[in-house]
Amino acid sequence: MDMAKMMPMMVGKLTMDSLPLHEPIVMGATAFMGLVGLGVVYAIHKTNFWVPLWRDWLTSVDHKKIGIMYIILSLVMLLRGFSDAIMMRTQQALAAGGAQGYLPPSHFDQVFTAHGVIMIFFMAMPFVIGLMNVVVPLQIGARDVAFPYLNSLSFWLTVSGAMLVNASLAIGEFARTGWLAYPPLSELAYSPGVGVDYYIWSLQISGIGTTLAGVNFIATILKMRAPGMDLMKMPVFTWTTLCTNMLIVAAFPILTVTLALLTLDRYLGFHFFTNDMGGNPMNYVNLIWMWGHPEVYILVIPVFGAFSEIVATFSGKPLFGYKSMVYATMGIAGASFLVWLHHFFTMGSGANVNAFFGITTMLISIPTGVKIFNWLFTMYKGRVRMTVPVMWTLGFMLTFVIGGMTGVMLALPGADFVLHNSLFLIAHFHNVIIGGVAFGCFAAMNYWFPKAFGFHLNEKLGKAAFWCWFVGFYIAFMPLYALGFMGATRRLQHYADLAWQPYFVVACAGAGLILLGIVFQITQLVVSIRDREQNRDLTGDPWNGRTLEWATSSPPPFYNFAKTPKVEELDAWLDMKKKGISPLPETFQPIHMPRNTWAGFVIGIITIPLGFALIWHIWWLAAVSFLGAIGCAIVHSFNEDRDYYVPAEEVAEIEGRAAIAKAA
Amino acid sequence: MTSATITAHGGHHDHHEEHHDQFGTVQLGFWVYLMSDCVIFSGLFATYAVMSTAFAGGPTPHTIFDLPYVAVETALLLFSSITYGFAMIGAHKGNKGAAMGWLVITALFGLGFIGMEVHEFAKLIHEGAGPDRSGWLSSFFALVGTHGLHVTSGLVWMTVMLVQVARRGLTETNIRRLTCLSLFWHFLDVIWIGVFSLVYLMGVSA
Ligand code: HEM
Ligand SMILES: [Cu+2]
Repeated sequence: MDMAKMMPMMVGKLTMDSLPLHEPIVMGATAFMGLVGLGVVYAIHKTNFWVPLWRDWLTSVDHKKIGIMYIILSLVMLLRGFSDAIMMRTQQALAAGGAQGYLPPSHFDQVFTAHGVIMIFFMAMPFVIGLMNVVVPLQIGARDVAFPYLNSLSFWLTVSGAMLVNASLAIGEFARTGWLAYPPLSELAYSPGVGVDYYIWSLQISGIGTTLAGVNFIATILKMRAPGMDLMKMPVFTWTTLCTNMLIVAAFPILTVTLALLTLDRYLGFHFFTNDMGGNPMNYVNLIWMWGHPEVYILVIPVFGAFSEIVATFSGKPLFGYKSMVYATMGIAGASFLVWLHHFFTMGSGANVNAFFGITTMLISIPTGVKIFNWLFTMYKGRVRMTVPVMWTLGFMLTFVIGGMTGVMLALPGADFVLHNSLFLIAHFHNVIIGGVAFGCFAAMNYWFPKAFGFHLNEKLGKAAFWCWFVGFYIAFMPLYALGFMGATRRLQHYADLAWQPYFVVACAGAGLILLGIVFQITQLVVSIRDREQNRDLTGDPWNGRTLEWATSSPPPFYNFAKTPKVEELDAWLDMKKKGISPLPETFQPIHMPRNTWAGFVIGIITIPLGFALIWHIWWLAAVSFLGAIGCAIVHSFNEDRDYYVPAEEVAEIEGRAAIAKAA
Repeated sequence: MTSATITAHGGHHDHHEEHHDQFGTVQLGFWVYLMSDCVIFSGLFATYAVMSTAFAGGPTPHTIFDLPYVAVETALLLFSSITYGFAMIGAHKGNKGAAMGWLVITALFGLGFIGMEVHEFAKLIHEGAGPDRSGWLSSFFALVGTHGLHVTSGLVWMTVMLVQVARRGLTETNIRRLTCLSLFWHFLDVIWIGVFSLVYLMGVSA
């Protein structure tokens, strides 16, 4: 066989042109990513960290470590997603009248798609799942999640998806379709490049990881709670995690199907969503939003839980209306499946259908309002401590309510016909997603950081970061409401009307202020790590907490609790403190723990070449990596030595060290 | 291995208290997973319903479905569920030979089902009624093919279980895994009944 025929078999659609050699901005970003990567490798090498990295992190099944890794992934991807946002903001500040700015349409379209995809799937999702990992087993008094190996696999599948998105920057291109890749634009006829394939496979792989995480957390919460903790004694964050994971299990498979059908269209010439041969593009739009609307609740419900914990702790009062909070959460979770059509009132399904979905959408604001009032009443007459988590919480309550109200405006089908696809919509959902999810993640990070790492985050820098984000958000997004009314649609690479430009310039300044907030957050991390000795949390309970995660030392020993706590009341740890019950046993007992395993890491990482090969049609590599992944899973199934007992002496020694540190 | 560790430390009573109910947790987790799989099939069924008349001038159910053929296919799968039940009875009695024998028979039925399905697909594609012919055929191939892929992975799993039971016997772990596979296998049966009724029976009678 001659070379010309061999090459496509070996490397599929890859050619030298797949490298962004002629695009200086992309080259710069790629070089930067490469340099950071090399820097990390060098640092690991210098500090001889390879073995500990493998032993203590990559192969770890410890929920706390997996949670921390999820959040690190999320923070890295936040930087990437935010760079895209700054690029869009500067482009739109410049490209008015005849000006074209510095991003050509082909690149600008990739930027907004990548921004949306990264922020939702690789920033917000890993952050909330990371929080669940760190916190939930501790809150329910368990030693780990129900399926530790599966948990590790979920995480590494998410990493694989994120790596594929990043690879698209250097090799080939990303989708130019917007973050939900509507057909027919995303069909082969209109998007012949690999961009949509990167989109499909990165989301497919990480989405499967998310579904497995959902299964895991449901089993964990239903089966692994400490004795005495019945459902109505669970901390609110655990409750919201349970509801969220039920949503994940019910919604993510729809995403899997939708992407699979688009894949069949693109790879095998099926006609699900094509314009011709009986295809039906609107079916895609319906399917993707049947996943997509629950998805926004998957992001926000867990942070509702985090806010509830923060409000109760720092007000020094039990959460007002615990039961109504639980029912409101369940109500929101259930109702989130009944509103998806509000994303496309303009589809033309008729007045009655639109009215139905408009009304169900508005009804969701009722349980949400219940929550807001519960938090307000908890704070009312409490001695609220103005810590960083509380500031984020207050910022959230104001911002989220405004976003909710503009959402109710959009829920009116008549109004939506005017505002659909405009910058008003962009302002609305950033209002809820930044004000809700992003603020919630930052609140939770400041709240649980001392638990996870054993030292505090710097308060001053935390407050500076908060103010920049808070004010920056309003400056960046309020102009977009106005622009939406003036007729500016979303996803504009340039625009003719010079009257819009001042608003875009202000929005750009707001993004600049948010950038400053991010700089403060990075500084906060660096300074806090530098000064960690002065900021140690030796008590394990730095905020005078109420729930079980504060009953153990900070950071908790790998087995979490020397003795499984017995729960008698809601706010179990507060109850134990009142009754003077020690969290330590009288005599130490051996503890049953899962062993680390290579399998989750290896299988997860093999899906990177698998995805890459499918994207570039390198069929031999796809087959080899697919069989490799299956083979690893089978080999691992023969390993039944998956758990062990930590000897009582070791437990005693670890607890003794903690006690000495506390006394000193 | 788990049970061995417990007995090795049998002296400490706390363990049994602390040791969470592994079997029950796995069962619950597997059920939840099956529900997520059920959502996948719901998506495919819904899509099939939406596209059930998107013939694009091509073949219709009347012209291409061969009911007696599909009835035999269905019978194979339903029998395989019964024989899997016999395998579980054998397993619970601790009768390794019976369990493995019935598993092999189940796998053979499953293989027969897949063989017939592949043959049906090949014939349709050959006749120009492939998935690229119309929206309806796309949804038909996706729904039936996804079920087929599930059955195939069930067969791979069954093979692995045969090796594991042969090597280690009917241990607690193996019984647990056989029970999960049993749920999976019966679940695929239930899905197939939906496929048979909605796709084939209703298609031909409509
Ligand atoms: C941190 C500050 C942020 C800024 C300055 C920002 C800015 C932007 C801009 C300028 C757009 C494009 C608007 C247009 O179509 O003209 C956009 C779109 C979008 N953003 Fe953000 N964003 C931020 C954070 C976030 C976060 C935290 C999320 C989600 C968790 C998010 C999710 C999205 C999505 C899904 C889109 C739609 C992309 C598309 O059109 O397909 N953004 N954002
Ligand atoms: Cu929605």
